Amino acid sequence: MEVKSLELNTQQLMEIYYFMRLGRAIEERLELLYKGGRLPGAIYLGRGQEAIEVGASYALEPGDMLAPTHRDMMSQLPRGITAKEIFTQHYARTNSLTRGKGEDNYQGDLKRGTFATVSMLPDFYPVAAGAALAFKIRNEKRVAMTYCGEGATSVGDWHESINVASVLNLPVVFIVINNGYAYSTPVYKEMKVANVADRACAYAIPGAVVDGNDVIECYRETKKAVDRARDGGGPTLIEAKTMRMRGHAGHDPAKYMATEIIDLWTRRDPIVRFENYLIERGLLTDESKREIINRINAEVEDAVRFAEESPYPEGKEAIEDVYRG
Amino acid sequence: MSTAGNQKGTSYIDAISQALWEEMERDPSIFIMGEDIGIYGGAFKVTEGFIDHFGPERVIDMPIAEEAFIGMGVGAALMGMRPIVEVQYADFISCGWDQIVNVAAKMHYRTRDAVPMVIRGPSGAGLRAGPFHSQSPEGWFAHVPGLKVIVPGTPYDAKGLLKAAIRDDNPVIYFEHKYLYRRLKEVLPTGDYTVPISKADVQREGDDVTIVTYGAMLQTALEAARRAQEKGISVEVVDLRTIFPLDKDTILNSVAKTSKAIMLYEDTRTLGIGAEISAIIAEEGFENLDGPIIRVSSPDAPIPYSPPLEDFFLPQVDDVLAAIDKLSAY
Ligand SMILES: Cc1ncc(C[n+]2csc(CCOP(=O)(O)OP(=O)(O)O)c2C)c(N)n1
Repeated sequence: MEVKSLELNTQQLMEIYYFMRLGRAIEERLELLYKGGRLPGAIYLGRGQEAIEVGASYALEPGDMLAPTHRDMMSQLPRGITAKEIFTQHYARTNSLTRGKGEDNYQGDLKRGTFATVSMLPDFYPVAAGAALAFKIRNEKRVAMTYCGEGATSVGDWHESINVASVLNLPVVFIVINNGYAYSTPVYKEMKVANVADRACAYAIPGAVVDGNDVIECYRETKKAVDRARDGGGPTLIEAKTMRMRGHAGHDPAKYMATEIIDLWTRRDPIVRFENYLIERGLLTDESKREIINRINAEVEDAVRFAEESPYPEGKEAIEDVYRG
Repeated sequence: MSTAGNQKGTSYIDAISQALWEEMERDPSIFIMGEDIGIYGGAFKVTEGFIDHFGPERVIDMPIAEEAFIGMGVGAALMGMRPIVEVQYADFISCGWDQIVNVAAKMHYRTRDAVPMVIRGPSGAGLRAGPFHSQSPEGWFAHVPGLKVIVPGTPYDAKGLLKAAIRDDNPVIYFEHKYLYRRLKEVLPTGDYTVPISKADVQREGDDVTIVTYGAMLQTALEAARRAQEKGISVEVVDLRTIFPLDKDTILNSVAKTSKAIMLYEDTRTLGIGAEISAIIAEEGFENLDGPIIRVSSPDAPIPYSPPLEDFFLPQVDDVLAAIDKLSAY
């Protein structure tokens, strides 16, 4: 099969930039809609995490599987999930991927290689390992990837699944987005290790820490792990260091986070950093940037309108589809 | 679901906070552990201000590790402490399932060693929170001998039953209906009081039909009873309060009076509270019955997110009125 190379070409770099910008634009719109009371449910924003959200999942190929979690909407964009699908899901409309049954970011499409995950953390670590097991049994050159936050690494299932994946040498890449907080709980109250990735040695698999705000590094490190998994080299644990730039959910003003920390990480904004990288290489100008952002804003507005005009499901559908057949 | 309750007094959520606070003041062996309960004061702010008053030794923030800290509750209880474990949402209690059903529930039976602990969390639907933040998992736990299961329906009961649960020498599962948290208020007694576990409460007296219910559905039942009264049907509303062990007498006495019974509950329909109570009435109150026992419940499905789906899913006042009408034919 054909896979992307470690060195990204211009078209790929621009595609990554588009996904990062699109992700941010969608989230900014969601935030406004939420504050305006327009959404029935909650929002969990990954602002500031664009680099790892997009960079890691971009390393996958068609046919691979991604299992993100509550904050990882943006990771689904490279898998082909669209702005319209994201808004219809939040608006709980009948044409959303979960037909109004599931909430906020818990959507997916097996055909395009994303799982519709669940709240319980990190329930899709084992499930992703299970996908990898199927690939291995059938001798397919496919890879599974799963994301969770550093908070979720305290759960037993996290350790169990990595250990088993190691024992069975499964083609799975475990991503941990260390964004400083699990809800209100800072990392130092969650674990004593300096790096989540240090735990990789406990499972005898490679572990790596990446700058979670540098999309090129996120891509390259993940890409190496994906290639290794595809080539029979087994699982890898990757920890991306970044910062959660909003409260845990829409309702949370995050008064427990120091403004200095947010200011510091605002200066490390992954999109601005990537823009500088693109500008240095002559791939982006103020003008082309404006153009891209305008195009994205129009796409987002179109998606919001589409979602608002979409019908709700009918009540009686509440009892449909509990079983297949 | 309506909540036309008394709008003065202490809210349901404050009643819970008060019970925790007063019990912790009373007994130094009581401590609380859970996620984000310290400085943050808990996802719903039940323990706001607790850490400043009781300190981090008694208000312990936990990493996300339900199986571990529920098991730690058992260990501490066996060592003479009285732990209270908060699960952030009742839905996440399943992540600690094994420690509850195999360790906590079966300990006294095997060794006669008591496990005095309370596991509490916000349950229930109606808030557009989707399949993983809306469940009413009391039925799962009511099926496990060795556990007591409580779902209070009023601020008074929320406070009195939580105190009773904390003082009980057994593992108690205590679900707080989050829809009621800030919607129900009631003037509470100023002094210390408890409400006995395993004792149902007749919330409204009536002669023609009995509705047995609990949790947020109590408000639905009371509203249906008011509307039935306008049609001249007198409805008695029994609030179970404790789901297990059940107060059979109050249920059977009520049915002996009205001869008709409706089970109203938010948990899913099959093999649940309604089935159990129907069986009790059929076995022990059969000769008093003038009509079928009717269950008005959520359907056998996960809880959907979309508003029209969730409204369809949850039992509504009209569903209860339809059941009352049906029984009126007998
Ligand atoms: C097993 C479990 N317990 C509790 C929760 C409630 N909860 C949702 S997100 C969250 C914090 C997660 O932190 P982290 O894993 O670091 O991800 P982040 O939110 O920072 O992206 C908590 C406690 C949950 N989803 N699952």
